[in-house]
Amino acid sequence: MTEQSILAARRPALEMRCRVISALRAFLDRQGFLEVQTPVLTAAPAPELHIDAVPAGGSGFLITSPELYMKRLMAAGYERICQFTPVFRAGERGRRHHPEFALLEWYRLGSDYTALQEDCRGLLRAACGAAGRLAGWSHGGHFLDVEAEWQHLTVREAFSRFAGWEPHDPLDEDRFDLDMVEKVEPQLGYPAPCILSDYPASQAALARLSPRDPAVAERFELYWAGVELANGFSELTDPREQRERFEAVIRERRRRGRPVTPLPLEFLESLSHLTPCAGIALGVDRLVMLLASADHIDQVVAFPPEVVT
Amino acid sequence: MGSTLTAGELRKGLKLEIDGDPYLIVDFEFSKPGKGQALYRCRLRNMINGTQFDRTYRSGDKFTAADLEEQEMQFLYRQGDAFHFMNNTTYEQYELSQDQVGDAVNFLTENLAVSSLLYQGRPIGITLPNFVELRVVQADPGIKGDTAAGATKPVTMETGYVVQVPLFIEEGELLKLDTRTGNYVERVKS
Repeated sequence: MTEQSILAARRPALEMRCRVISALRAFLDRQGFLEVQTPVLTAAPAPELHIDAVPAGGSGFLITSPELYMKRLMAAGYERICQFTPVFRAGERGRRHHPEFALLEWYRLGSDYTALQEDCRGLLRAACGAAGRLAGWSHGGHFLDVEAEWQHLTVREAFSRFAGWEPHDPLDEDRFDLDMVEKVEPQLGYPAPCILSDYPASQAALARLSPRDPAVAERFELYWAGVELANGFSELTDPREQRERFEAVIRERRRRGRPVTPLPLEFLESLSHLTPCAGIALGVDRLVMLLASADHIDQVVAFPPEVVT
Repeated sequence: MGSTLTAGELRKGLKLEIDGDPYLIVDFEFSKPGKGQALYRCRLRNMINGTQFDRTYRSGDKFTAADLEEQEMQFLYRQGDAFHFMNNTTYEQYELSQDQVGDAVNFLTENLAVSSLLYQGRPIGITLPNFVELRVVQADPGIKGDTAAGATKPVTMETGYVVQVPLFIEEGELLKLDTRTGNYVERVKS
């Protein structure tokens, strides 16, 4: 097939993608979100144990997430901001992974992660409306329906139900990740989306620990049809704890022989001005994949990557 | 010994050596749960006995590429369940079982050139040329006047293989068959 015929055949999916993005944007606009654009090129991406940034020449990197810049805006007192942006993660390639993918990220000041869960309901409903999927549809042999009752499980509940054990710290991370992928994720989000919440504290990333139960972090993931769509949390606002977590990640990456990036000092500086807020990132390509009943992410983007790092 | 591979290099179609046997990755999925580590989910098929299993690998895992080699051979003869082949350049002879030959048995005639996959020097299967020529050994006469487009009848080839052909094909004719589909292609003018 020629490039022209491949791209022509992809048109219906790209049209749906456009309608979905417009609907997500309109929903957030109605909720009073300010859409912002923050840098794609950065000197210091957020240190993450399992995410490799793509070097961008000189001493820069392509962002793996717009999180640090958006939180700097929140620290300056912005109440509700959102952003559609490409993000880049080296080596992530598969049926549901594209090393350059589209994130919708949004933040709410004075809210915790439960407010974001409500946003997810509104956004997914808006997306289904734009895609003509409000009455449900069949995807990969399953019926999906945004209007059915949403599943809500804690990580502990999901693991004891589907994997037969309760994760707690100190966490056997290998066992946790394996069972998550093989036993838990495939069960989540049929027919309606599922909210999987309250991760073990060691899996908190940039989330704050729960004031009710410090063994868990106020973090949740949104799943639909076994696909991870979004990751949100009540943000950690303690600069000292944040710095310790970053330094621990950098130490562990060094120990494993992984490339390390500089500490994001301006971000850590701004954290002392950040008041309680919550933020979340949603994978736009994956949402469109589900809505278009596509089984590969390449079916909903115009150009698959030619260079896979 | 095959070369060493990292998990990041795994993909569908790759052949690995596991516990001394060659395996083909028949299905592959990259996974990354939440903020967790990259996982590589594979469905592997044993290239000798056909058994399959699923296994999930992690980034740090290392693999050995299966030491496989392709050789040109010709089919010599069949003796019961044993099929005898000979390497065209070394004249070395190899024996394959009926299981290893599989459906290729339908198209094997004396001196047919095939390519054989060897694992650590032992043949584990053969690949036929895309097209072979076989003689019809049994065919019922076509019914006169039946000119319906696409009408076919079964005939038996010299290997015992039965194939659907157009009505005009007669006993003793040489036919070209596609070994990938098993279908009749055309009559060979002799």
